[in-house]
Amino acid sequence: MTTVPLLEVRDLQVEFHTRDGVAKAVNGVSYTVEAGQTLAVLGESGSGKSVTAQAVMGILDMPPGRITGGQILYRGQDLLTMSEEQRRKIRGDRIAMIFQDALSSLNPVLSVGYQLAEMFRVHRGMSRRQARARAIELMDRVRIPGARERVNDYPHQFSGGMRQRIMIAMALALEPDLIIADEPTTALDVTVQAQVMDLLAELQREYRMGLILITHDLGVVADVADTIAVMYAGRIVERADVHQLYRRPAHPYTKGLLDSVPRLDHKGGELYAIKGLPPSLTSLPGGCAFSPRCAAATDLCRSQTPAVVPVAPGRVAACHHWKETLDAPAA
Amino acid sequence: MPDTTSIEKATGTAPVKVGAPLPAPAKGRSLWADAWHDLRRNPLFVISAALILFLVVLALFPSLFTDVNPRDGDPANHYLGRPELTHWFRPDWFGYDGQGRSIWARVVHGTRASILVGFGVTLLVTLVGGLTGLLAGYFGGWLDSVLSRITDIFFGVPFLLGALVVLNAVTDRTPVVVMGALAFLGWTQMARVMRGSVLTTKQADYVTAARALGAGTWRIMLRHILPNAVAPVLVVATIALGSYISAEATLSYLGVGLQDPTVSWGIDISTASNQVRNAPHVLFFPAGMLSLCVLAFMMMGDAVRDALDPKLR
Repeated sequence: MTTVPLLEVRDLQVEFHTRDGVAKAVNGVSYTVEAGQTLAVLGESGSGKSVTAQAVMGILDMPPGRITGGQILYRGQDLLTMSEEQRRKIRGDRIAMIFQDALSSLNPVLSVGYQLAEMFRVHRGMSRRQARARAIELMDRVRIPGARERVNDYPHQFSGGMRQRIMIAMALALEPDLIIADEPTTALDVTVQAQVMDLLAELQREYRMGLILITHDLGVVADVADTIAVMYAGRIVERADVHQLYRRPAHPYTKGLLDSVPRLDHKGGELYAIKGLPPSLTSLPGGCAFSPRCAAATDLCRSQTPAVVPVAPGRVAACHHWKETLDAPAA
Repeated sequence: MPDTTSIEKATGTAPVKVGAPLPAPAKGRSLWADAWHDLRRNPLFVISAALILFLVVLALFPSLFTDVNPRDGDPANHYLGRPELTHWFRPDWFGYDGQGRSIWARVVHGTRASILVGFGVTLLVTLVGGLTGLLAGYFGGWLDSVLSRITDIFFGVPFLLGALVVLNAVTDRTPVVVMGALAFLGWTQMARVMRGSVLTTKQADYVTAARALGAGTWRIMLRHILPNAVAPVLVVATIALGSYISAEATLSYLGVGLQDPTVSWGIDISTASNQVRNAPHVLFFPAGMLSLCVLAFMMMGDAVRDALDPKLR
């Protein structure tokens, strides 16, 4: 237990200053990722999952964003207190990111070969020729057919799946320790999603990288994740091993999410949906942020914010009534 | 190495060669190449390019078209009658002006001043304005405030009035001086266009992605933002080139532009204007060349805009 985790986020707090007031996008998020492990961060839009990732990458737009508290420790060093120059060396080299929409995340006026080669030239100071050879290798590595011929092509000449492979190649170029994938398959066709996800998982195993997978797709998560963190209104409401979480959720929100996945054995029945809408981040409700939508909410829930408590070894939840939820029979 | 097992597992079908059915696109065609492809097929561009090419050749090698000195006049030719339009490229083709100088020779030699001022001012304005706009747009904050206010101050000065005042103070008005004066007052337009364009481009996902993958400030600015932001500036610059040429002619007409040893259409228009009833041809040819020249650059600007920004069409 003396080893330092690859990445540890401690009590991170991020605010956005908007016209309607201060939006508390992230309110004390903590998680750790170890080498070779996959942490899936699950949550609906606006739950703070992407903002947390942007804070880790150091690409939050500040202003309007502001990190008001917490630490982000990469191998024990706090990224938030580092100089911009040090952080830039880590970005892309040790911690890399895969974005949701590869078409808009690749520069339209530069060839993909140039953009891949740029990674080696910026971080390794390679010559143009060397970097280019490495770019072709990388394209082969992510199984782009005819890499040698296509290295001079531009992003718009590739299909969506191929473009996402190029994004993956860019992120993997320098064999980073940690990859953050922000909804890497959301913009893709369903048929291509699985291919891209499998490729990512395979490369992750091979390089023993840590992976933070940000998604709202429960199906993707079940296949590849080791640990799942469920976020709601800027907080982690439950964090658990993937099997435990799927079998017995400890938070009513997690339970609601799982129940709202269509299931073959419930064919014909009405699909469950969590009632209500996520709260506005500028005026979070008092007490538990989920209480207005929670069927099991009590007066305690509406008055006191539940602390994040351990409910089992390696498993936490933020609910006053986690015991009841945990023991409830599966739907 | 490219095993397909994982794909098979994922899709549950026979191994498919990933991406194979893609239609092979033309190899390595950048957006610039696309724009060029469009341009070459645009008659507007072809015509204007031919005109501009012709004018540039006139400006560079006037002696190819006439061997008459445009400054030498023969009093015997004073306002000598109608142009001999059958005498191609001969001194009396366009007739003679009040000092007996060949109008054809003057029109040919006057091209250089106009083209020089047009291109020179455009170059200066694009460099100064483009750089200002790029810095203001990219860095934002106090730098943007300072640069934008300076731009606004210059923008507030009426273009011609400002040039009149500036040039009145200079006694030796060579083409370089006139270029400097026009650029001094004209760069604000480019700065504004560039700033706006950079502000838009800065929001692009690929800029965030470049940042997330460790590119530094200058690399992001010059490699990722500038090439994507420069198109509107090019369009405005091409159109503005024509207006700088007409501004030079206007100033020369008003007597504060280029001065006598320099041959310029503006000067000729000015001297011809008081004899327009007796010898309309003396006014017609320099004025016609000026219009043709400005028209060519405006048409070119339109064509460039169509090619670079199909959305605006």
